[in-house]
Amino acid sequence: MPTKMFLQGNEACAYGALAAGCRFFAFYPITPASEIAYVMAREMPKRGGICIQMEDEIASLASAIGASWAGAKAMTATSGPGFSLMQEGIGYASMTETPCVIVDVERAGPSTGTPALPMQGDVYQSRRGSHGEYPIIVLAPNSAQEMFDLTIEAFNLSEAYRTPVVVLSDALIGHLREEVVMPEGSEIKLVNRRTPEPGSGRVRAFLDEDVAPMPIFGTGHSAHVTGSTHDEYGMREVSDPKYVHKVVVSLRNKIQKRAKDIAKVEMEALEGSELALVSFGSVSRSASHVVKILRSRGTRVGSIRLITLWPFPDEAIERAAKEVPKLLVLENNLGQVVNEVERAARGRAEVAFLPPATVASIHSPDFLMRRIEELMKK
Amino acid sequence: MSLAHPLEKYIRKGTLPHTFCAGCGDGMIAQSFLRAVDELGLDFKKMVFLSGIGCSGWIPSPLFDADTLHAPHGRAIAYATGIKLFKPELKVVVFVGDGDALGIGGNHLIHAARRNIGMLVVCVNNMTYGMTGGQAGPTTPRGMATITTPYGNLERGFDSCELVKAAGADYVARWTAFHMRQLTNSFKKALGKKGFAFIEVVSQCPTHLMRPMGFKRPSEMLLWLRDNSIPIEKASKLPKEGLEGKIIIGEYADLDRPELSEAYAELIRRAGAR
Repeated sequence: MPTKMFLQGNEACAYGALAAGCRFFAFYPITPASEIAYVMAREMPKRGGICIQMEDEIASLASAIGASWAGAKAMTATSGPGFSLMQEGIGYASMTETPCVIVDVERAGPSTGTPALPMQGDVYQSRRGSHGEYPIIVLAPNSAQEMFDLTIEAFNLSEAYRTPVVVLSDALIGHLREEVVMPEGSEIKLVNRRTPEPGSGRVRAFLDEDVAPMPIFGTGHSAHVTGSTHDEYGMREVSDPKYVHKVVVSLRNKIQKRAKDIAKVEMEALEGSELALVSFGSVSRSASHVVKILRSRGTRVGSIRLITLWPFPDEAIERAAKEVPKLLVLENNLGQVVNEVERAARGRAEVAFLPPATVASIHSPDFLMRRIEELMKK
Repeated sequence: MSLAHPLEKYIRKGTLPHTFCAGCGDGMIAQSFLRAVDELGLDFKKMVFLSGIGCSGWIPSPLFDADTLHAPHGRAIAYATGIKLFKPELKVVVFVGDGDALGIGGNHLIHAARRNIGMLVVCVNNMTYGMTGGQAGPTTPRGMATITTPYGNLERGFDSCELVKAAGADYVARWTAFHMRQLTNSFKKALGKKGFAFIEVVSQCPTHLMRPMGFKRPSEMLLWLRDNSIPIEKASKLPKEGLEGKIIIGEYADLDRPELSEAYAELIRRAGAR
C-alpha cells in the first residue's frame, strides 16, 4: 500500500532519498534547506545509515564523496551560499565519476541574500559553478511530490552514470506543504551502480563513455582516485594534452550521448497554440495555472515545463519551436534559462523573456495573464 | 634469495621511480610508515589512504598499492570522514602537508580531532609550501626568509600538536625526519588506536629551504633537525625561554576516549535499525 503524508517539500526530499537507498547524508545547517537534515537525523539511524553535521558545506560534500567511494548512496543538501562552497566538490565528483546527490534549495542572492525567499538564481551555477569543463545533471522539482520523486530519480541517474546530480529546488517548493504519495518500497524503481567482481584487482574504472564499474574501497581493487587528469585506471597523466582532451571529452560524452533519455520536459496544450510558456520549478506552478485559465477563455496558450535543466532538453525545445510560433520564458531571476531556450529553438520560434514583477516573490497569475494577453495582441 | 626490497610488496606497480626531490624526507617517512604496517602485519587491502595536495600527498598516492584517494587541497580529512563513518572496518590513513592540514584544511583538522573519529593523520611539516615553490606557510618559523617573505616571516607558525591535542584527539605525537625509528614505533602505536591519531613529522625541504636556512647539503638539514629537537619530557622541565625555536618531540597525547564511528554504530543499534 502506498503511504500518503502531508509533507513539506524538504521533508519529501528526505523521504525520497531514504526510499532511493541513501545511507549517508552530510549537511551544514542553512535556511531554507535544514528540514531535510531534520528528517535525515531522525530516520537515518533507523535504517542503519549515517547522518552527520559537518563543519561546513565543503566538508559536507567531501564526506559524501568519500562515503560514496566506500559504497554508500550519499547526499548533501544546502542553499545558495553553501552551494557556492560545494562547487569544488562538484568538480571533483564529476572528475572522479563519483555518484552523489546535491540538493540546492535556492534562496535569493547574491551572497547571503535573503534566506527564506525563493529565487531561481542558481541555474547557471548548477551547470558551470566549478572550474573547468565538466558534465552535470540538474533536476527541477515543482511540488512536494516531485521533491520525493525527483530525489529518487536523482539517485538513479547518479548511480547509472556515476556523476553528481543536483536537485535544484527553491524556498517556495522546499517549504511548501502538500500531500505526498509514497509508493511501497518494492514498487519504486531503483538503480544501483555497477561494481567490479570483488577481489578482481586493478580495473579500468574511469573514462568509459558507457560508464565503467566503480571499484568500492575495501573490496580489493587498489583503486586510485584523483582529481588530476588521469588515464582509464585512474593514474595521473598531467603533461600530455592528449589526456586532458580524453578526460574532458569522455566525461562530457558519457552524459551528452544520453541527453535525449535524461532530459525530461512536460508539455501541456501545445497543439494549435500561438504561444507557449516555458518555465521550471516553482514558477511552473503559476504558468500551469495561467494556461488553464487562458485556455478556458479560448486563448491558445500552451506550456512547456523543464524537469531536467541540464543536460538542456534541446531536442524537445526545438520540436516545440517548430509547432508554436512564440515561446515566453518565465523564471524567477533576470533571465538564465531563456538564453538556452533561445539557443535550442534555433530561430524556429520567437523567444521572449518575461521578468518577474518582483524578483523573489511568487509569479502572480494576474500579472502573468495581463502580460501574456498584451504580448499576444502584438 | 629474493632481491626484492622487503617493503616492495606495498608499492603499486609502475609507480617507481617516485617523484620526491633528492634529499626530501617524504621517502624516509613512506618507508618508516610501511615498516610499521609490515611489523603489525596489517592487511593493506583493508586500508584506505588519502592524500592532500602537496609533496607529502605523493607518499601514498600513487605509491601505495591500496585504495587511495587524492583529495582537493585541504579536504583529505573531510573525505576520509565519510569513508570511515560508512565503513568503520577500514583503516583510514591521511597524508597531508603542513599547508594542507593547517592552512586551507585547518577547520577539517580540528573538527576531526574534536569528533575523535578513527583515522591517522600524518602531517609532514617541512615549514613551507614545497610543491608550489617554497612560499611561507602556517608553520614557517617567525623571521624565516622565503620567496614570499623576503624580509622575513612576520607571523608565528602553528604548533600543530598543541592545537590538535587541545581539539580533542586521542593520540598526538611529533617526530622529525631524523627520528625514523621512533617514528615507526609511533606509527605502530597510532595505527592501533581507535580514535583520532595525529603525527607531525618535521622534515627537510632541500629544494626550497636549504639555501634560505644556510645549509649546503640535505644531510646538514637532518643534523639540524636532530640538534634542534628536545624530547617533550625534558622540555617540560625547561624554562619557556629556552624552548624558543626548538622542535619538541615525543607524545603529546595518548588517551582512549569514545570514537565517533563506534558511537554511531551504537546509535544505530539503539535506533533499532532493520
